[in-house]
Amino acid sequence: MKTLAIYLMCGAATPKLAEAAVEGGADIVELGFPFSDPLADGPVIRRAGERALDEGMRTAACLECLAATRRRVEVPLIPMTYASLLEAYGYDRFATAAAEAGATSLIVADLPVDAEPGLRRVQLVAPTSTDERIALAAERTDGWLYLVTVTGTTGARGDLSPALRTLVERARDLTGLPLYAGFGISTPEQAAAAAAIADGVVVGSRAVEVAADGPAALREYVASLREAVDSAPLVSS
Amino acid sequence: MLHTGAHKLNNALGQALLARRLGKRRIVAETGAGQHGVATATVCARFGFECVVYMGAEDMIRQAPNVERMGLLGAEVRPVEFGTQTLKEATSEAIRDWITNVETTHYLIGSCVGPAPYPEIVRELQAVIGREAREQILAAEGRLPEVAIACVGGGSNAIGLFAGFLDDAEVRLVGVEAVGAASLGAGRAGVLHGSRSSLLVDDDGQVLDAHSISAGLDYPGVGPEHAFLRDSGRAEYVGASDEEALASFRRLAATEGIIPALEPSHALAKALELQEDLVLVCLSGRGDKDLSAVLSR
Ligand SMILES: Cc1ncc(COP(=O)(O)O)c(C=O)c1O
Repeated sequence: MKTLAIYLMCGAATPKLAEAAVEGGADIVELGFPFSDPLADGPVIRRAGERALDEGMRTAACLECLAATRRRVEVPLIPMTYASLLEAYGYDRFATAAAEAGATSLIVADLPVDAEPGLRRVQLVAPTSTDERIALAAERTDGWLYLVTVTGTTGARGDLSPALRTLVERARDLTGLPLYAGFGISTPEQAAAAAAIADGVVVGSRAVEVAADGPAALREYVASLREAVDSAPLVSS
Repeated sequence: MLHTGAHKLNNALGQALLARRLGKRRIVAETGAGQHGVATATVCARFGFECVVYMGAEDMIRQAPNVERMGLLGAEVRPVEFGTQTLKEATSEAIRDWITNVETTHYLIGSCVGPAPYPEIVRELQAVIGREAREQILAAEGRLPEVAIACVGGGSNAIGLFAGFLDDAEVRLVGVEAVGAASLGAGRAGVLHGSRSSLLVDDDGQVLDAHSISAGLDYPGVGPEHAFLRDSGRAEYVGASDEEALASFRRLAATEGIIPALEPSHALAKALELQEDLVLVCLSGRGDKDLSAVLSR
């Protein structure tokens, strides 16, 4: 089966939203710990982060949100954030606190693969990554490799990026690990097309938008993605 | 092209040559005071590149003449209307544009900040300041200065000046920050715009707003090499207030007939307090752009 990962920004409603996403069929939930300067994010997640910070979602509150979410769901939970938060909290201390609160792994968008090698995390690679870089990311990554389908930031796009196929092919030659595609995937059609090439998909910006309409809307949206992803042929490339 | 009015041109010209070598014909840049934007727009006009400059909406008001200058030079100035609406957000937006259009676009960063290897590229291109200043002061005075002092925003004019004297252990190197943007004086380790350096961040690592009358110093980060020079003790960093900068601005104009930019006015203010006899100040730009800000105070 192909994997479906859903990204949500930490906030008061997030534990319930995560539960709804899992009911809709999410296999993994990524939890955004907001940062003041989210370079890798487009307008939707940037604004969600600004709102979350205004509501006081600092590191301690995000860890509590993670723990509260863990009490409701059993799927892997992966905090996604930026290095400045870990720099302030302490890299090891952050990893320990997140694991104690129920995190399965971590994603740090602006930490290059060769920085902080002791910090176990899911590594990201992009269409611009060299083979050497992809190989290193695969060697260091925690369980799966995050394929950024586009050059650019998070946010919905009109079409699935044509760069994804080549990136999957290059990564397949270098590693046997699962490859999940994210950035720019928002519709069930795009999710199906991406799942036909990669081993899973990550949906962020659109999920964050739908989450603003509450758990029921999110459950329904995630279910539509689930159905699309399951319709993708099992044997890829 | 020196009419662009600041040291920013040294870097813009060098990076434009790099862009041409890379086969890129579209340039994006960020600007605070507008000086780097003007320098970038100028070299883009000269090289026939498309040019997009991101600028905080607040800075566009503070530095209106430079917005018009960039327009005349054929650049598109895109206002950045979220967050602090200053250099920090303009830099983020320029980087987002760059990573989206990286096939065709070179990011012409304006200071010795950003992801590697930008801090080194910018230092090398600005090192001409230190090289020439060293030669000139040896020719004029027959000895090295006792102190070399420069203002520090992102730190490019300072690192360029310091580069000429790093190996001269007897030359004191002093960087002057705006007190409200003292990334080195009041900062701690953090990661912003792709580099780890000393930043104005809170206990959670969230980046704080910087405040300075001078748009060019209004940045909560600083080039990582300055953090290194601070920690190694080779350079010292001090702060100057808005009022001190304004007073030196007026004093240099009245006593020397030179209208300095507000940024190096911070360095001038601290140079006046030094005990040494032979002090080399980097006058990184001229003050036409700041007249309305100064006269309105
Ligand atoms: C005249 C002048 N000096 C200094 C600066 C600060 O930049 P840096 O610290 O990179 O030299 C600026 C920035 O706009 C400037 O216009």
